[in-house]
Parts: sequence; C-alpha cells; structure tokens
Amino acid sequence: MIELLNIKKGFGDKEILKDVTATMAAGKINLIIGSSGSGKTVLMKCIVGLIEVDSGKVLYSGQDFTAMDNHQRKEIRKEIGMLFQGSALFDSMTVEQNVMFPLDMFSSERLRDKKKRVQEVLDRVNLNEAGKKFPAEISGGMKKRVGIARAIVLNPKYLFCDEPNSGLDPQTSLVIDKLIKELTVEYNITTVMNTHDMNTVMESGDHIVYMFEGKKQWEGNNEEIIFSKDKRLNDFIFASEFLQDAKEMRQMEVFKDKNWRDKLKASNDQLDADREEKR
Amino acid sequence: MEFKFFYHFGKYVLMLKGMFTKPENIRMYWKEFMQQCNDIGVGSTGIVFIISLFMGGVTTLQTAYQLVSPIIPKATIAQVVRDTIILEFAPTLTCVILAGVVGSKIASELGNMRVSEQIDAQEIMGINTKGYLLAPKILAALLTIPCLVMIAGFLGIWGGKMAGQLAGIISSEEFTQGLRQEFKAYNVFFALSKSVTFAFIISSVPAYYGYNVQGGALEIGKAGTTAVVVSCVLILFADYALTAILL
Ligand SMILES: Nc1ncnc2c1ncn2[C@@H]1O[C@H](COP(=O)(O)OP(=O)(O)OP(=O)(O)O)[C@@H](O)[C@H]1O
Ligand SMILES: [Mg+2]
Repeated sequence: MIELLNIKKGFGDKEILKDVTATMAAGKINLIIGSSGSGKTVLMKCIVGLIEVDSGKVLYSGQDFTAMDNHQRKEIRKEIGMLFQGSALFDSMTVEQNVMFPLDMFSSERLRDKKKRVQEVLDRVNLNEAGKKFPAEISGGMKKRVGIARAIVLNPKYLFCDEPNSGLDPQTSLVIDKLIKELTVEYNITTVMNTHDMNTVMESGDHIVYMFEGKKQWEGNNEEIIFSKDKRLNDFIFASEFLQDAKEMRQMEVFKDKNWRDKLKASNDQLDADREEKR
Repeated sequence: MEFKFFYHFGKYVLMLKGMFTKPENIRMYWKEFMQQCNDIGVGSTGIVFIISLFMGGVTTLQTAYQLVSPIIPKATIAQVVRDTIILEFAPTLTCVILAGVVGSKIASELGNMRVSEQIDAQEIMGINTKGYLLAPKILAALLTIPCLVMIAGFLGIWGGKMAGQLAGIISSEEFTQGLRQEFKAYNVFFALSKSVTFAFIISSVPAYYGYNVQGGALEIGKAGTTAVVVSCVLILFADYALTAILL
C-alpha cells in the first residue's frame, strides 16, 4: 500500500499539486486520471521521488519514503518498476539488452539464467521476435511493451505506468491494458497508472483518483465512477458524445442495480447461448 | 552574473560529490569505463594524429622563418620546436580541440538521456546515475587524454622534422641533434600535469551541462555549445595558472 499525505509541489511560484491525499491499494490497479496538465505526471514522479515534494509525505507500506536518504531509497526503488510516458528505452542498446540491464546491474544469477528470464518476460509481452532490434527500429506500441518488460523483469512489488496507452491505436491500447491487468493479478503487484483513456478506466480501474487542477477531486472505483454526482468528474468522463449516451443510459433501470455488470454479462452470455442453440 | 556563477559552481561541486558512492555492480561500472575509454580515447586518435602532424610542421616552418640570423645554429630550431610543442601545443591545442570533440559528445549524450528520461529510468531502478554515468566518463578522460597528449607530442615533433626536411630548412641529423640539446624532463611532467587538469575540465564541465539539461532537443544543442565554450575558456585560464605556478 502506498499512502500520499498532503502532497504539495510547486515550480517557481506556480502551484502544481495542491494538498493531495490519497491511498494506493495493494495488489490492485490504481488509476490517476485527469485532463492534460492536471498534474498526473508530476504526482507520479513525486511518489517515486524523481521530483522532491515541497511538503507532505509518501509512505510505502508505512515507511516514510520522503524522509529517507538516497541509500535507503535505493532499497525501496529495487522493488519499483516504472514505464515512462515516452518509454525511456536506452537507445544505445537492443531490446534484449534493455530488458537485461536491470538484471545485469542487480542480479547475481548466471548469464544463462538471466537470458532465460529476459526471454520469459519478452514472451510475456509478445515481443520475442524483436529482441535484436534497437529502440529506433520498433513502433511506439512495441516500445511501451519493452518498457513494461524492463519494468517487470526484476519482479517488482510496485509498478508505475505513465500513460501506457497514449498515442496508441484502440486495439493495441487494449492489449497493453490487458497485459498490465494480468501482470498485476499474476504477480500481486501494486500498480499505479496515469491515464485519460476512459476504456482503461472502465476496464481496469480497481481504484481511481481523479485530479483536477492539482487537487484530488474524487476518489472511488469503476463501479461508482459513472454514478458519481461530481460535476467536474462528469464533464471529464462524459466528454465525448458517445459517452453522453452512456450518461443517459445510467438513468435506465438496469443500471440502478449494484451488480449491473454481472447482470449485463449474464444476459449477454444468455443471448450467445441462445444463438448457438438455434444453429 | 556573479550570482549565477556561484549557483553553477555549487551545483557542479555537489554533482562531483554525488559520484562517490559504492557502485551497485562493479562489473557494470568497469564495462561502462572501458566503453568510455574506447569512445573518448580511441575515438579521438584520428583527429589528434592530423592536428599534431600539421601543428609540428607549422611550428618548424615558423620558427625557421623567425630565426634568420646566421650566428644561430640550425639545431636551435629543433630545440625551440621541441619545447614549444611539449610545453604548449601538444597539451593545450590538443585539449582545446578535444573539448570540442569529446565535450560536445559527452554533453549531447547525457542531454539526450536526460530529456528522454533514460536517466530517470536508471534512477528509478536504484542506480546512482551520477556514479554510473559521470564517473566512468571522467575517469576515462583522465586516463586517455594524457595518453593522447603524449602521442600528439611525439607526432608533432616528428611532423616538425618532416616539414623541415621537405622544405629544405634543416636536415634530419641537425634536427635530431637539436632535440637532444638541453632537454628537461621536467617539461614533460609539466605537460602531463596540464593534460590531466584539462582532461578533468573537458569531461566534467560538459557532463555537468549535459546532465542538467531541461527541456528538449533545442536545449541539448545549447548545452553542447555552452559546455564547449566554457571548457575552452577554463582550459585557457588553467593553462595560464599552471604556467605561472609550475614554470
Ligand atoms: N519541471 C517542471 N517545471 C515547471 N513546470 C512543470 C514541470 N513539470 C510539469 N510542470 C507543469 O505542471 C503541470 C502539470 O504537468 P503534468 O506533466 O503533471 O501534466 P499531466 O497531467 O501529466 O498531463 P498529460 O496528460 O498531458 O501528460 C503543467 O502545467 C506543467 O507545465
Ligand atoms: Mg503526463
């Protein structure tokens, strides 16, 4: 569990984070959502210590990260994997070497075992054929997947993803979401993810923090989010016309039920089954 | 201006201090050091060859042009060429050129890593990036640049001899004889002290500017230019200071 207590951060005289308090649930996908410029990246960098907070605390399983010196932070950071908004792959190294790098630095395993582990994670993100290529030679979606592979190669306890599906087509974006979701469950990782993609929000939002102009505006999960009465949050999630329909939909009887997801799924399955039978 | 100077100087000293921590993995640091020796040292030999040959040649021709009196023996030309090259041209000229070659390379490499968040990515892994990225570069420069300066010295003198022969100014025997007149080993020590100092400037100043780039591609370019200019000026300052102190 990661706790943020009264985080404040400004650059010059511009206040970016204004007293953010939130909790990131252990073993779950925690989303930080909000429009562009609302301070998501800054907040995430404050959590991992790439930006020093002006005041406030970040606690990792109760340990005060903000008060630690570099040496103590290193210990926590060994348990952190991070995917950057621009992937941040080392461009002088091949895909394999990129994923191998954390192992080379921190693992005392034999070369053969390390190579096996690299192959394993590259398989996991479906990239085994691109191992010998350089970052400049692969697509944006592949870069993100390499970034994920590199972040999980040391079995982290915490995974941070800054907009894992920005700039990707909807399909690839789904693949990445699914991958992160599976990894989170598989290895029981505490995942923190920045996004403004509503698909991701509905699909993986175990716990959601909505940021508005540097403040936490709302906190909850993907079941609650579409029923929220918060005006700003509504403006954000129902920004597209397509989703406006969803806004009206929630007035419908079905959605009044707390278990609408399961019900909807059950009725869909029923329809499929009926169709099968007819054939 | 003054305020800025102290700001940068303080930050620079803190950066240097930050390099001294226990390496996370000594083998990776060694690998990086070897890589940098190759990039900085071996990578610059070509340009050092060319400039030192021509520098020697030009020195001989100009010295001969200035020493026209018939009472001065021709061997003196070689003696003057030798001392000029060892004392000034091999260390200073070579290092000013290397400030351009090596300095801009270091600044742009680190700047690019900073801007594309590669430095942050390593920091997150728990690596002390000052130690891992900067120290091997500085150490590699401290080792290879004095070697390059020695090569430049030898080649410069050889180039001077060749130019003397080609132009028919001084024969090979006279030149060799001149080289042996009043040779002071202290001058070589002086040249090496200078080159070590310059090597430190050439590597650490661009490392500072590259490591602290903020912004995008444009800022990387600016950092490279500033790094080279500042290194060159500092080399000339240091040259004067060392000459005043050591000679
Ligand atoms: N290093 C910095 N110096 C000064 N201002 C900064 C810095 N980093 C971020 N900001 C400012 O902080 C604000 C929030 O930026 P941030 O990158 O966190 O937005 P974001 O929510 O991640 O947006 P996006 O969805 O576009 O990535 C912006 O107004 C930005 O200008
Ligand atoms: Mg961002």
